[in-house]
Amino acid sequence: MRKLAAPAAGIAIGLVHLIPFFIMLNLALKAPTDISSKWVTPHYVYLDNFVNAWSQAHLDRALSNNIIITATSVTFVIVLGSLAAYPLARYPTRWNNFVYYLSISMLIVPALTILVPLYKFIVDLGGINTYWAISLIQVTFSLPLSIFMFTGFIKTIPRELDEAALIDGCSRYAIFFNIILPLLKPVTATLIILTGLAVWNDFQFSLFFLQRRTVQTVPVILSQFFSQFQNNVAWVAAGCLISMIPMTCVYLFLQKYFVSGLAEGAVKG
Amino acid sequence: MGGPTKKGINTRKILASPAMLNLMYVPALTLFVVFIFYPITQGFKWSFTNWNGYSSKYSWVGWEQYVRMFSDPKTLRTIINTFVYGLGSTLFQNILGLAYALFLNGASRGKSIVRTIVYFPVIISPLIMGYIWYFLFQYDGGAINDIFIFLRQEPLDWLGNGPRAVWLMTLVNTYQFMGVAMIAYLAGLQAIPKECLEAAAIDGAAGISLFRYVTLPLLMPAVTFSMVINIIGGLKLFDVIMAMTLGGPAYASHSLSTMMYDLYFARQDAGYAAALGNLMFLVIAVIGISTLIYLRRKEVEL
Repeated sequence: MRKLAAPAAGIAIGLVHLIPFFIMLNLALKAPTDISSKWVTPHYVYLDNFVNAWSQAHLDRALSNNIIITATSVTFVIVLGSLAAYPLARYPTRWNNFVYYLSISMLIVPALTILVPLYKFIVDLGGINTYWAISLIQVTFSLPLSIFMFTGFIKTIPRELDEAALIDGCSRYAIFFNIILPLLKPVTATLIILTGLAVWNDFQFSLFFLQRRTVQTVPVILSQFFSQFQNNVAWVAAGCLISMIPMTCVYLFLQKYFVSGLAEGAVKG
Repeated sequence: MGGPTKKGINTRKILASPAMLNLMYVPALTLFVVFIFYPITQGFKWSFTNWNGYSSKYSWVGWEQYVRMFSDPKTLRTIINTFVYGLGSTLFQNILGLAYALFLNGASRGKSIVRTIVYFPVIISPLIMGYIWYFLFQYDGGAINDIFIFLRQEPLDWLGNGPRAVWLMTLVNTYQFMGVAMIAYLAGLQAIPKECLEAAAIDGAAGISLFRYVTLPLLMPAVTFSMVINIIGGLKLFDVIMAMTLGGPAYASHSLSTMMYDLYFARQDAGYAAALGNLMFLVIAVIGISTLIYLRRKEVEL
C-alpha cells in the first residue's frame, strides 16, 4: 500500500491541475443549448462553437496582429539587450555600473504605475492604435530582463578570449560580433521565449494602446468577445481554446527553454 | 591604451576605445528615458492636478489627490485587496511550490509529466485563465455549483461577495503561477551538493530536521528569487480581475491596477489615477526591495 501512495498522490495532483482545462474543453465541445453539467463530456461531435468564435471574434486578424507585434518586439529586445550588455559586462566603470543597476532596477517598476502619463504621452505622439507604439513600449519594459540576463551571461565568458582577439588585431566591435554573439545562443533562446510569452499574452498595455479592432491582439479581442457574448460561454470557451493553441505548441516543443532561464535565475539569484 | 599621439585624430581608434563602446547601450537607455523616466516625472505632475485625462484644461490642486486616498473607503478597500493579492499569492505559491518541488524532484517519467502539467498554466494568458475559472465559479451553471446541486446543496454566488472574490482570485493567481515557484525550488534542490546531504545524514539529521537545518538554508537563493518575483507579480494583478469580476461587486474586489484603469477610462479622474499610480510605485518598490534585502541576509555561502 505505502508503495502506491506516492504515485497515487502524483496522479491526483496532475488531475486536479487539469480540471479547469477539462471544464473548458467540455464547454467548448457542447452545443450552447445543451444544459447538462459542465463535468459531463458530450457524446456527440459539435464544432460550431469554434467556427463561430473564429469568425465572430475575427481571431485570424487578432492572431496575425499578435505575430507582428511579438516578432517585432522580441527582435528589438534581443538586439538592443545584447548590444547594451556587452559594455556593461566588460567595462564595469563606475558610470557603467550605475547604468546597469538603473536598468535592472526597472525590473521592479511595475509598468502599470506609470500608465496614466504614458498613455497621455502616446496620445500626444499619435501612437494609439499603431504597431510601432505598442512594440516600443513592449520592448522598453522587456529590456531590463534582457540586459540583466545577457550581462550575467557575458560575465561568465572568459575575458582571455577577448584579450587574445584584441592582440590578434580584432576591434572591440568585431570581438562582440564574431566572438561574444555566437556564444550567446542559449541565453538568447531563453529570452526569446520569456519575452515572446510576455508580449504574446499581454493584456494591460494592449488594452490601453490598441483601441481599434483592426489592430487589437487576441487577449483584447477576447475580453470584448466575452462582454459581448457573456450569456454564451460556450463560444467564449471555444475562443479561449483556439487562442491557447499557439503557445501550447511552443511550450510542448521547447519546454526545456521555458524552464532553464528561470532555473538559472533561481540558482544564481 | 594608445591615444592619438600622432598628428591628426584617428577616428577609428577613438571609436574603438572602451568609452566609445558605451554607445552600444545608448539605444536601450534612450528607450528608458523616453518611455519610463519621462512618464514618471509627468505622473508626478498630473497627480497634483484635477486633470480629467482628455481636456487641455486642468488646475493645480496640491496634495488633494493624495489626501483623498486616505479618506475614500473604496480606495482603502482597494489597497487592502492589493496586499491580499500580492502577499497572499506569494505565500500560497511558495508553500505549494516548495511542497511540489520536494515531492516531484526526481527523474522519473511520471514526475516529469506532472511537472509539465503543473507548469503549463504559466504559459497561458492570465486573462484566459480568468475566463476559464469564471466557468467554474459562475453562479448559473458554473462547474462548482454543479457539484453543489449534485450534492443537494444551495448553489453559491461565489464571486458575488467581495472578500470571497478577492481570495478566490488570489487562489486563481496561485494556481496559474505556482509552477514558477516549483521550478525555482527544483533548480535550487538540484544545486545542493549531494555531499552536504550525505554528511548531514551521517551526523544523524533526517526528515524535518534535515530539511530545516540543511536543505532550507541552502535553498535560500531560490526562496529569494521566487518570493520577489511573486510579490511583484501579485501586487500588480490585473488580468484575472478584469476577466472574473471587473472589480465588482461594487468596487469590492479592485486592485490598484484595475482601479487605476477604471478611474482613468470610466470616471475621467486621471489626476487621482496618477496619484494612485505613484502610491503603487512606492508600495511595490519598498516591499520588493526590502524583501530582497531581508532574504539576501538569510542566504548562506556554500
